[in-house]
Amino acid sequence: MVARAAREIAPGMVVNLGIGLPTQVVDHLPGDFPVCLHTENGLSGIGPTLPPEAADRNLIDAGGAYVSTIPGSAFFDSAVSFAMVRSGRLDLTMLGAFEVAQTGDLANWKIPGRFSPGAGGGIELAQKARRVVVLTSHTDRAGNPKLKAVCSLPVTARGCVARVFTDMAVIDVGPDGFALRELAEGVGLAEVTEATGAPLACPEGVIPRF
Amino acid sequence: MRLPDKTCGLEEAIARIPDGATIMVGGFGVPGTPFSLIRELVRQGQRGLTIIKNDANERGLGIDHLLAKGQVARLVTTHIGLNPRAVEMMNAGELEVEFNAQGILAERVRAGGAGLAAILTDIGLETELANGKQRVEIGGRTALVETALRADVALIHADRSDVFGNLGYVATARNFNPLMAMAADLVIAEAEKVLPVGGLLPDAVQTPGPFVDHVVGLPALSEEYAVVRR
Repeated sequence: MVARAAREIAPGMVVNLGIGLPTQVVDHLPGDFPVCLHTENGLSGIGPTLPPEAADRNLIDAGGAYVSTIPGSAFFDSAVSFAMVRSGRLDLTMLGAFEVAQTGDLANWKIPGRFSPGAGGGIELAQKARRVVVLTSHTDRAGNPKLKAVCSLPVTARGCVARVFTDMAVIDVGPDGFALRELAEGVGLAEVTEATGAPLACPEGVIPRF
Repeated sequence: MRLPDKTCGLEEAIARIPDGATIMVGGFGVPGTPFSLIRELVRQGQRGLTIIKNDANERGLGIDHLLAKGQVARLVTTHIGLNPRAVEMMNAGELEVEFNAQGILAERVRAGGAGLAAILTDIGLETELANGKQRVEIGGRTALVETALRADVALIHADRSDVFGNLGYVATARNFNPLMAMAADLVIAEAEKVLPVGGLLPDAVQTPGPFVDHVVGLPALSEEYAVVRR
C-alpha cells in the first residue's frame, strides 16, 4: 500500500508527507527521483532521515525525526512555510485519517474526549494542497469502516480528499462518491465493499491489483 | 556613531517579567526553543502566565517545566500531542488551551509584529476552530477574522547575535523565532554566540536589532538542547 502510494508522486512535484504512514512513502522512491519534499517546520528539500549519532540537533521534520538537507534545500520561518501551503505551491499532500466521507470530507485531528492534541498544520495542508490523498487502514481496530457516508468526528477540511490508499484498495473520491480503482493482492471485491461504509462504485471488467 | 550594547545577564533579563505576563516562546520541538530563558523563568517562579508557543515541548523539556510547576494558566498553541502532561492538564481543566492552525498562529503573530489588527482567512472556516470568530464577506467569499497576537514578552533562541541584538538562526531552529521577535513589547534573545557589532554582515541579519531589547549569551548549552534519543 505504501509502495503503491509512492507511485502517486510524479517527477517535479512539491510534496508534504504527513506524520505516520505517509512518512514511509519516501522509502519507496528511487534515490535520484526528482521531487521536493516540504515540511511545515521550515524546510524544502528534505534529505534522508539520520540516526541519533549522525543527527543535527537543529534539523528535524514536523514529526520530530532528525532529517538532513540535500543540494538545493532551503530553510524558512513558519509564516513562509505556510505561505507556500496556502498559496497553492504544494502539488500533493499525503495524510493519515480517522475517517473519510464519500464527499471527500476528512477527519484526522480529534476524537472528542479521547484524543485532542490540536491539528498542527493539518487543516492548512488538507484545505490548500492542490491534491490531497489519504493513507489509512481500511477499517479501525474494531473493524469499523473508516470510509463512510459522513464523518462522525470533527472534520479537518471539507471535500478535500481525492484518493484513498488502504491495505485493501485504491479508491477515488469524486462527485459521485467512492469509486474503486485497484484491489490489493488477495482481497476480494465483496470483502472491500463490506468493509466500506458507503456505496462503492466498481469498474467494469478486470480490476487492477497492487 | 556606534550601535548600543544590549547584552544582559540571564537573571536580570528574566526578572523583568511580571506575574500574569503573556509570553511568546520560540521553537518547534527542540530546535529554536530558548531552554535557558525558560529554566530561569522556572527558577524565578512567575505565575499566572499565558504562553504562546507552537507546541508544549515534550515531558521534561522546555515549557513542560513551567507546566509542571503550575506557572501557566493559559496556552495558545497548535499541537500538544508530544506532551502527555499538557494533554492531561487540559483535560483536567488545570490549563486553558487555545488551538490554532499552525500557519494561522504564525500569521497572527506576524500581524501583531507588523502593527496590524487582524488577518482574514478561509482556513478552518468549516471546522470547530471557527466557532465564535467574526466572519466577513470579501469579494463574495466568507473569511474568518483572526485577530493579531502581541505579547508582553518574547523569549527567542538565536544561533548568533551581535551585542546590538541583530539575530541569526540556523536550520529548522528558525520556525517561530523571527516572527515572535517582532511581536512583543519586551524581546529577550538568548544566543549561542554573541559577537561584537560588525560580527554579522548586514545581509546575514535575519531579525534586525531594533526589535530586540536584551541579548543573553549562553556560555554552554544544557542537555535540553541536544539530540533527543527516543
